Amino acid sequence: MTAIDPTAHLTAEQIEELGRELDAIRDEVIADRGEKDAAYIRKVISAQRKLELVSRGVLLFSIFPPAWLIGTAGLSVAKIMDNMEIGHNILHGQWDWMRDPKIHSTTWEWDHVSPADQWKHSHNELHHTYTNVIGKDNDLGYGIMRVDEDQKWHPFHLGQPLWNFINACFFEYGIAAYDLELGKNLHKRRRKNPEFRARAKAVGRKIRKQVLKDYVIHPLLSGPSFLTTLAATFTANLVRNVWSHSVIMCGHFPEGVQVFERRSIKGETRGQWYLRQMMGSANISGSKAMHFMTGNLSHQIEHHLFPDLPSNRYAEVAVKVRALFEKYELEYVSGPLPKQVFSAWHKVFRLSLPNKKPKVKTPVREQELIAA
Amino acid sequence: MTSTALRGRAWKLLEMVTTPLLPSDYLDLVSPLRAGADLRGRIEAVHPETGDAATIVIRPGRGWRGHTAGQYVRIGVDVDGVRLWRAYSITSPTDRRDGRVTITVKAIPDGKVSNHLVRRARPGTLIQLDQATGDFVLPEVKPAKVLYLTAGSGITPVMGMLRDTEFDDVVMVHSAPQPQDVIFRNDLHDLVADGKLRLIELHTDTDGMLDIARLDELVPDWAERETWACGPAGLLDAAEKHWAEHGVPERLHTERFRPGVVVTEDGGGGEVTFSTTGTTVDADGATPLLDVGEKAGVLMPSGCRMGICFGCVTPLKAGAVRDLRTGEITEAEPGVLIQTCVSAAAGPCDIER
Repeated sequence: MTAIDPTAHLTAEQIEELGRELDAIRDEVIADRGEKDAAYIRKVISAQRKLELVSRGVLLFSIFPPAWLIGTAGLSVAKIMDNMEIGHNILHGQWDWMRDPKIHSTTWEWDHVSPADQWKHSHNELHHTYTNVIGKDNDLGYGIMRVDEDQKWHPFHLGQPLWNFINACFFEYGIAAYDLELGKNLHKRRRKNPEFRARAKAVGRKIRKQVLKDYVIHPLLSGPSFLTTLAATFTANLVRNVWSHSVIMCGHFPEGVQVFERRSIKGETRGQWYLRQMMGSANISGSKAMHFMTGNLSHQIEHHLFPDLPSNRYAEVAVKVRALFEKYELEYVSGPLPKQVFSAWHKVFRLSLPNKKPKVKTPVREQELIAA
Repeated sequence: MTSTALRGRAWKLLEMVTTPLLPSDYLDLVSPLRAGADLRGRIEAVHPETGDAATIVIRPGRGWRGHTAGQYVRIGVDVDGVRLWRAYSITSPTDRRDGRVTITVKAIPDGKVSNHLVRRARPGTLIQLDQATGDFVLPEVKPAKVLYLTAGSGITPVMGMLRDTEFDDVVMVHSAPQPQDVIFRNDLHDLVADGKLRLIELHTDTDGMLDIARLDELVPDWAERETWACGPAGLLDAAEKHWAEHGVPERLHTERFRPGVVVTEDGGGGEVTFSTTGTTVDADGATPLLDVGEKAGVLMPSGCRMGICFGCVTPLKAGAVRDLRTGEITEAEPGVLIQTCVSAAAGPCDIER
């Protein structure tokens, strides 16, 4: 949808060949998937549980500043692990092949106010199928932001840096609202829809449970450390939210990432679908620890090509995927976290204002945009 | 308040502390075999029996309710990271003092679980367990005369019986390819030496398969004996026919191992049953089961329709399906879920919808 199509030099045959090459990469990992991978996720889950247990234990004495610091840091990391490397990836079905009913996309629940099944629908199904298609993929600005020049500007967008900041701080609530399609469903008629009400109730239940756990029970258990534990869990949730928000922003918002028109995905072939995932995602470069803490979403491009491959395999897959980008002369958008976060925020600021120069549009395109 | 109600409340409170996990998720980290946990067992030893069979000593979790001689247990073992469930006869007596149970496994060609257990299983490994089950068991009233008719690994449930209950007059007719293939050969010969068993050992590589008509000559009073038979389907079919022809079918008890899954080789489909709704249709080997079900009017869960969102996973209750992307075959086992949008019938199958 950008002025210059960065894939214009590829022929239809080349795109299908690219698709076959990506399929081969996928098949290779699947054939090799086994005991080591299973041991990996079990180890991560066990480490996360132990870290959370110990951190919460330390926070019982959070009235002492060193305990507060250690406990809060530990709990923040534990919550990030729960949401990113564990929750996000299990809910993608990445570990379903193990046939362990306890580590399965159909049974897993995470420390997040959006219930797993609702998130799976909006994320796995809508976002991953219609990645970066304006009007189809609500992840594109979460319905509250303008992230591409071709989206219509509205005075409401002036405030989007602020919305985005608030969304970052309360990200899990933002996600829950987004999974509920709150904006759309709060209209009078839709509010009464029994299906929506049931889903809203489920979110309410999860919020109640999490608030009770983090802001009532654990502080109460801490006795004299009530207030400091309360502050600690609030901080851990804040850290987790801001971190996840930053990582997610880096996945599709940095400069250089493409968005697509609704029309462009009609009759899309497998090769074209792959190509859209490649052009619509961006990576974060960094250390192993960095990849781990992002739940390997630093390998967003690889994740979008193969959302159901185990996350611990993305790093090795990335080498082969990158080679394909080079072979087909495509831009592999990647950079260190600060750079990507800055780039994404820059876009948020830039697009809060109307486009500088009105673009020349063909009548067909105009119609399309009005329709969208 | 009663103590049960009090405990219930305490547990509820604990659940509030651990949400969205359960207290048991944390307890499992330290004590996976405790009372109240999902039933599991720990492999404590693996003893080779023959070149391709081994006895696995298992310490069951606290929830184990024991077994009756001749019963089997389903175990879930992680092989190459994938949890696979199989049923094995219990070969230990019911009154084993240390509370351990044993299964004896023969590695079958291409058998994922059996080869893993015989050749790769290590002490200390956790496995999943079900309670013992099966009605191939000894009666409460002791019969005067007993015949055990076994072949190959069919000896395993009978070994559990032999070790558990002594009878005054027991004959065993057992077939195996060669002497070194006879599982428990030393134990059997010990029983013979102690006068507790009369054993007729047949080696099919040299003697040929047992002709059931030869029973008259091997065990002349076979028709008077309460008989337990376990082995390949051919032997059991012949035995059932033989006992029926002589008018004593009620004296024969048989145990059949799991029948093989029907998988068509040519990539063709099969008859698909959606058992919850009672719909049965023919499907080819190329149409996703999601489409097959929807076309038949079954309400199927669906999502991306391209295998990425896992919104359509549904239990496969029987039969086999083929992954349309990789060609990989998945066979029905308890707990197996398939992505209906990228799976096609590979022979008859049953989808829980």
